[in-house]
Amino acid sequence: MIRILGNITEPIEVEKGLKIVPGANTIITTIDKIASWGRRSSLWPLTFGLACCAIEMMATGASHYDLDRLGIIFRATPRQSDVMIVAGTVTKKMAPVLINLYHQMAEPRYVIAMGSCACSGGIFNTYSTVQGVDEILPVDVYIPGCPPRPETLIEGILKLQEKIKNEPYTKERCLSGVCLIDKSDLKGRDESLRDIEENKG
Amino acid sequence: MHPESTKELLINMGPQHPATHGVLRLILEVEGELIKKCVPYIGYLHRGVEKLSEDLTYVQVLPLTDRLDYLSSMINNVGFCIAVEKLMGINVPERAKFIRTIMSEVARICSHLVWIATHALDIGAMTVFLYAMRDREKLLELFELVTGARLTVSYPRVGGVRCDINQEFLDELHKFIEEFPKKVEEYETLIDRNRVWLKRTKGVGVITAEEAINWGLTGPTLRGSGVYYDVRKFFPYDAYDKVDFEVPIGKNGDIYDRYKCRMLEFRQSAKIIKQCIEKLPEGSILAEDAPKIRMPASPLKIDKNDIQFEIYIEDKSTEDFIKKFTEVYASVEAPRGELGFYIVCDDSAKPYRMRVRAPSFVHAGVLPRLCEGALIADVIANIGSIDIVLGECDR
Repeated sequence: MIRILGNITEPIEVEKGLKIVPGANTIITTIDKIASWGRRSSLWPLTFGLACCAIEMMATGASHYDLDRLGIIFRATPRQSDVMIVAGTVTKKMAPVLINLYHQMAEPRYVIAMGSCACSGGIFNTYSTVQGVDEILPVDVYIPGCPPRPETLIEGILKLQEKIKNEPYTKERCLSGVCLIDKSDLKGRDESLRDIEENKG
Repeated sequence: MHPESTKELLINMGPQHPATHGVLRLILEVEGELIKKCVPYIGYLHRGVEKLSEDLTYVQVLPLTDRLDYLSSMINNVGFCIAVEKLMGINVPERAKFIRTIMSEVARICSHLVWIATHALDIGAMTVFLYAMRDREKLLELFELVTGARLTVSYPRVGGVRCDINQEFLDELHKFIEEFPKKVEEYETLIDRNRVWLKRTKGVGVITAEEAINWGLTGPTLRGSGVYYDVRKFFPYDAYDKVDFEVPIGKNGDIYDRYKCRMLEFRQSAKIIKQCIEKLPEGSILAEDAPKIRMPASPLKIDKNDIQFEIYIEDKSTEDFIKKFTEVYASVEAPRGELGFYIVCDDSAKPYRMRVRAPSFVHAGVLPRLCEGALIADVIANIGSIDIVLGECDR
C-alpha cells in the first residue's frame, strides 16, 4: 500500500489512533499503542510446570500447536519473562517459592492461572493445597479445565494480549506480592520466604 | 587447606528448574565440579490424595488416580480398578481386559515419548522433543476418540471400562502401530550416533543389579541394570498372560542402558497392541456385579440460566457394597515401575486407608546414590534417566 501511495504527504488513518504518512515514511501514533504492541507481541512465559497442566503447556509449545508463531518463547528464568503461566496445583509448600518468583520477574508482569487447580483449587480441597492462585498473586486470565486443552491455553493467551492492548503505558501494575494466606499456614517455610521477610524489613 | 583447592559450595537446584521434571528440589554440596553431597527435598506437589480418598467412595476415587502420574493416567486408573476388583471379588469380562491392555500400552508409549522428549532436551538434543511430541499428539487424538479426554481419561471402571471401542479407533491405532517402529528408529538415528549423547550417557549414573534391588527400584530403571523383573510377566493382570512379548533388559546399569531398555519397550508395546487388536474378543465391557453408576439415558440439556440443574450422574455404588477381603494389594507395571495400591477396607463403601506405592517416590530416593561423586552436569542426566513424576512421588 505504501508503494502505491508513495508520494502522498497527507496523514492517512489506517485504524483508530494510527496514521501513516507514506511520502515521509512516518507513522503517527501514541506511546500507549506502541508500548502495548511491543508488550503483547512477545510475551515470554516462565517455564513453570507444577503438575498435569504443565504437560499440556509443553504440548502447546511443541510441534503440533507451536506457540512460537505467537511470539511466545518459554524462558527458564523469571528475569527474562513477562508472564507466569501457573500450570498446576499450588501447594502451601510451593506458595512462598511462587511469590518469590513473581517478585523476580520484570514489570510489567502478568499471571495466567491455567487449570482448575490454579483457578480455584479444583478437586483438591485438602489441607495442603492453596485454593486458587489468586489467593497469593493477582491473576489476569483464568483458564478453566482439568487440564485445559492446548487450544484453550492459546485462547487464554490471546485474551491476555487483548487485555494488554487496552492498557495504558503508565499503568501501575504491582499490586501484588502480598501473601494472603496466614503465615502459620505456610508449612513449607524455607529460605525463599525468609528472603521476602528480610527484604521487607 | 591447600591454597589452590576450592571451597565447598552449596547449590540449591529447584523447585523451579526446567530440568527437574516438575518441582523436585535438590540441595547440592559441590567442590568444584564434583558433587560431595546431594539431598532431594520432595513434597512441593503434596496434594493429599490419599487422605482425600478416605472420604470418597471407590467409584469417586478413580478421577483422583488420574492426577497421580499424569503422563500415564490410564495405567493408574487400571491399577486402582484392579485393586478394587480384587477387594470386591469382581470378574472382569474378557473384552474389557483386552481393551484395558490396549489402552495401557498406548499410555506407556505416550509416557515414554514424553520421557525421551524431555530427557533428550535436558541433555541437549532439542530435535527429538519436536519429533516425539508430534507422534504423541496422534495417540492423544486416539484417546480423545474413545474417552473424550486427552490426558486425564478416567476411562476404566471398577469391573470393566466405561465405553466400548469402535472400528474407527482400531483402524487408526493399527495404522499408527504399523508405522511406529520406523519412527522409533528415527529417534534412534537422531541420538544414537550423537557423540555428545553417548559421552553423557555411557558409563554415567551406574548402579549394579544388586544395589538396584536393594534400593527397591522397579521398571526400566531396574531392568537397565540387568534384572529380569516385570509385573506383567511375574503377576500377570488383564490380558498380559494371553499375549506374547519380551522384557528387554540392559547390562551395565548406566543411563545409556536405561535409555535402550525404554526404546526397546516402545517396540514391545507396539507388538502387544497388535496382538490385542487381532485377538480382541466380543462380549460385554462391564461386569454385571460392578458398582452401579446411573448415567443419563439421553444427552443432558443444560439450561444456562438455571444454576441448580439436577446432578445427573448418580453414584449408586454404596447401596449394595460387598467386600471379599479387608486388606488388598494390587500392582501394575507403570511406565516408571511397579505401581501398587494398598487398600484397607472397613465395612463402609469408602476406603479406610489407601496407600499408593509410587515408583517415582522410590526412585527419587536413589538420586543421592547416583549423583554423589559425579559431576554437576550429570545430575540432570540422572534425574532424566530415572524418569520421575512428582505428582506421583508427592501424591
